Amino acid sequence: MRLVLEKREAHSYKMTVLVPIISVGVSLLIGAFVLLFSHVNPLATYVYMFIGAFGSWSAFTETLVKAIPLMLTGLGVSVAFRLRFWNIGAEGQYVWGAIGTAWVMLYWNFIPNPMLLPVGLLIGMAAGAGWAGIPAVLKAVWKVDETLTTLMLNYVAILFAEFLYYGPWRDPEGYGFPGTKPFPEEAWLPRFSGRAHWGLLLAVVAAVILWFVLSRTKWGFEIQMIGKSPKAARCQGVNIKRNIILVIMLSGALSGLAGFAEVAAVSHRLQKGIATGYGYTAIIIAWMSQLNPIAALFVALLMAGLLVGGDQIQMMMGLPAAMGVVLQGLLLFPLLAGSIFTDYHLRIIRNKGGDA
Amino acid sequence: MELITTLLIVTLRAGTSLLYATIGEIYTERSGILNLGVEGMMMLGAVTAFSVVYATGNLILGLIMAMLVSGLMALVHAFLSITMRANQVVSGLSVTLFGTGLASYLGQRLGPESNGFSLSGMSAEKFTAITIPGLSEVPILSAFLNQDIITYLLYLIVPISWYFLYRTKHGLTLRAVGENPKTASAMGSNVSKIRYIYTLVGGMLVGLGGAHLTLAYTPGWAENITGGRGWIVIALVIFSGWNPSRAVFGAILFGGINAVQFRLQAAGTNIPASFLNMAPYLATVVVLAVMTILSRKKRGKFASPSALGSSFSIEDK
Amino acid sequence: MKENTPVLRMEGITKRFPGVTANDNIDLELYPGEVLALLGENGAGKSSLMNVLAGLYFPDEGKITVHGKKVDIRSPQDSMTLGIGMIHQEFMLVGNMTVAENIILGMKDLPLFPPMAEVKKRIRELSDRYKLKVDPNSYIQNLGVGEQQRVEILKLVYRGAEILILDEPTAVLTPEEARDLNRIIKTMLDEGKSAVFITHKMDEVMEFSHRVQILRRGKSVSVCSTKEVSKKDLARMMVGREILFDLTKSAFSPGKERVRMDKVTVEDETGRKLLKDVSINIRSGEILGIAGVAGNGQQELAEALTGLQNISSGTVTIDGMNMTRKKPIQLIKAGVSHIPADRGAMGIVGDMSVSSNLAMKKYRDDPLSHRGVLHLSRFFQFAKKMIQFFSISTPGPGTMVKFLSGGNIQKTILAREIDACRGILVAVYPSRGLDVGAIEAVRKQIIEQREKGSAVLLVSEELDELISVADTIAVMSEGEIMGIVSTKDADIEEIGMMMAGEVRSEA
Repeated sequence: MRLVLEKREAHSYKMTVLVPIISVGVSLLIGAFVLLFSHVNPLATYVYMFIGAFGSWSAFTETLVKAIPLMLTGLGVSVAFRLRFWNIGAEGQYVWGAIGTAWVMLYWNFIPNPMLLPVGLLIGMAAGAGWAGIPAVLKAVWKVDETLTTLMLNYVAILFAEFLYYGPWRDPEGYGFPGTKPFPEEAWLPRFSGRAHWGLLLAVVAAVILWFVLSRTKWGFEIQMIGKSPKAARCQGVNIKRNIILVIMLSGALSGLAGFAEVAAVSHRLQKGIATGYGYTAIIIAWMSQLNPIAALFVALLMAGLLVGGDQIQMMMGLPAAMGVVLQGLLLFPLLAGSIFTDYHLRIIRNKGGDA
Repeated sequence: MELITTLLIVTLRAGTSLLYATIGEIYTERSGILNLGVEGMMMLGAVTAFSVVYATGNLILGLIMAMLVSGLMALVHAFLSITMRANQVVSGLSVTLFGTGLASYLGQRLGPESNGFSLSGMSAEKFTAITIPGLSEVPILSAFLNQDIITYLLYLIVPISWYFLYRTKHGLTLRAVGENPKTASAMGSNVSKIRYIYTLVGGMLVGLGGAHLTLAYTPGWAENITGGRGWIVIALVIFSGWNPSRAVFGAILFGGINAVQFRLQAAGTNIPASFLNMAPYLATVVVLAVMTILSRKKRGKFASPSALGSSFSIEDK
Repeated sequence: MKENTPVLRMEGITKRFPGVTANDNIDLELYPGEVLALLGENGAGKSSLMNVLAGLYFPDEGKITVHGKKVDIRSPQDSMTLGIGMIHQEFMLVGNMTVAENIILGMKDLPLFPPMAEVKKRIRELSDRYKLKVDPNSYIQNLGVGEQQRVEILKLVYRGAEILILDEPTAVLTPEEARDLNRIIKTMLDEGKSAVFITHKMDEVMEFSHRVQILRRGKSVSVCSTKEVSKKDLARMMVGREILFDLTKSAFSPGKERVRMDKVTVEDETGRKLLKDVSINIRSGEILGIAGVAGNGQQELAEALTGLQNISSGTVTIDGMNMTRKKPIQLIKAGVSHIPADRGAMGIVGDMSVSSNLAMKKYRDDPLSHRGVLHLSRFFQFAKKMIQFFSISTPGPGTMVKFLSGGNIQKTILAREIDACRGILVAVYPSRGLDVGAIEAVRKQIIEQREKGSAVLLVSEELDELISVADTIAVMSEGEIMGIVSTKDADIEEIGMMMAGEVRSEA
């Protein structure tokens, strides 16, 4: 007897929903073994994580604070992945969003303070888009591998931000703290509860617009064609180069927006610790949400929960907060293994007598 | 001359981990599997090697465990991309994401209680440079003979890998599987099995590269110790044109950038440290772009294995 | 020859794939020194049956006997050990390896360090013996198709194959090369070897084989001696009904010139010329057929006309307008429709629905979209209309195209391109790999476009098809037009010589 994978007669939509949900369970199960190996009770750990992330309104607002940049970078990465452009540079594009915003907030004295917020938003997005534009042009025009260029540019962006807040932009009254001066208070993005801020609205609006553009417009139709078969798209007269560059700049702009929201609403300055790996978690969000913008919002919330939960178990149980990241990483394995079942199903073949 | 020699010593030390991982990834990619999990596997190899040596004092055991753990991660990637036909880019990325997360977790968990269970700042046995008496005074050459045992081993692994790939039966099959799996299969090779084997072998070599970081190059554990080396390796594989002997030049170039960077930092230049640290990453982007543009005109010699990154099944038509 | 015992006997072979039974209880016998032709339409199960012998597929039922002994073929190596060697339709060669490396690849008793000098010496001996001229040191990717086939044959004789299986071997050859192949096979038969020759062409059955076995829809329908049957019998048995070889079309009366290409040259990235100074023109109501062995620039010619190839010199003119180096979208707007060569990769997006695929030429404008926003309900209405009109068999407009059969995929492409066609149709291998019913439908549609006054460029590797469909035939070899002839006074022999690049005729 043996098991074989057999092509389905049609795409299974049930599986597209089922597989991610099962994946969460499987990842928690494997995570439990890591915890057992660390001599702690997995169940208690998970309960603490859950309470820490979703157990109270104040905990939930903290989860939202982390979810907002994750939602936006997650959306950014999803758009790029739709084109099969492996943008793993969301981290750098996010950092550039923060740098661009900080530049406006700190040095554009020629515009009135209340105007700083919208202008900062635009420049932050433009900075993210521009940074993403480099690998996009390299790929579209000369076919330079984008996984490497986007990733390498993350390090460059982070080090450049470091140069700024350690060097020319450093707050002279900051007592040696690596960071810029705080932004003018009129230019802060308002918060609605605790540290949770209106960046949430930006993320939700962005997701809805994106959903509409991708599924209901000519441009979205073309993006779909290019992503699924660039050769066929070219035969139908779709301009591939221009679309790659535009879509990836959009992807960068979304991550740049995340950087804007983070500095304008949470830290109010560009400072050490701006890059905490949101751009990488965004990859998991994109894949788990199956590149669906609306689903990405919820997956981002779950991922933020894992991060906040990880911080909680560090405080409550002395376990490394990295456990949250481990669980995030674990999610992708069952998800990838399961994705085959949308187009294939398992068949059991019983061998005939002679073959045994 | 002396400066060149000391720079070269550091270059080779810095290049060792890169070259191990590059050769490992060449084996994997030659079979048609793209494993972007190098960064994660290297990080796990590094933390495993250090924690084992810290706990047991046994360097060899540290190396073996690093290879095993890293190899295990490679098998996860193999299972996802070969058996489950998952997208290889995303599967490799998840190995990196998980590997770096787990390594960070373990680094904060496997240390002594007195250090808050953290491994950072702890010291353990390490590989030290072994000099060859007599030859150690010769300029330039002495740089090659002032290395640790893991680097010395590399002097063998490079030519053996080249010979294996281009002159043996198994190398022939490996190249065929990565270039044209359908043909290899029709000629009787078990494509899946071969891909599993070389993904595993590649992962183990990557693990050795990681171990070299914590046991020889910068002995000890630090968060994010690989610092993107795993990604530079992916670029080095492309620069090498999937040829183990050419990989040496890339590793020396990037080891050299590290060496010069340290030298300048130590000498105290006006260039801000951030910019010096950017050098290897910027260099990767620039070299990759230049290589890609130039090699378009010379297909064949620098071309990637044709089947790289795509899944294969006999029943597919 | 029948008095001998068969070298190979297959009994009751059944092979099932999800949804289809590729081989249904098939018996086959092969005698020493003979060529058995295996005739059938695309999808009749010829290749699956032979892949069972080659060790690529394992049959669900049935028994195989070689030299009187029951055997169990589990892998290609088992098959080779039994002296069975197969030349697949798609050559099993590794492009970036040398001839010698390819020949020894996968041999069972190969030592760890293959002695390449000895290997090359033996290859030279064998190539002398069978007059198969090949240099063991050259790389496969630098060889022409004919040479590659010689490597495939060498691979078999090097391994001592006694039973040769050739899967449509002439599809990629010029008529002259095909005659060479016939001669080589004859030499081998004289040494007591035997061969199975897979084909769907009646002429080849007559030319190459001693006996013929006909498969239809996975079943064996007849086995007979070649001498005792006519081509017409074979055709009837293969298709299962009388088929009309003649397509009715009105007399050729071309209108004004629609398409003109003047000394068009196309180069690849390395500077190699894929098209050399090609000049053609197509008039309204004319079908210009392009003949030639696949890979001689036909596809590039079609793509130069659809804007998919970069033209390095020369001009393309459509309806008097210069369209050189224009983007695909501009050519689409100029009225060019394109049925591409690689239908799976270029013609459709497999992961999108039938309705989306049908809309791909018209989604840009009203009524399918308005100011950039798609009108999805109209997508569905449009698709339903097209599915009915072109009788595409699909569970529904929402089904992903990749789940359709090859013929229905081609019908989907045809429907989209013909519906959007505004005067110029470029069809590249439109009937390749389809069954007779679908081929008929495709050819009728193409002729109908001509009747409507369109200018049609038809690339085909089947001379029969060109002669029955096209009005004018241009023959290509190595990127050049060797000659342009009118179909009514076409001389097959001469066209064959032009395909081989040996004769050039003035148009």
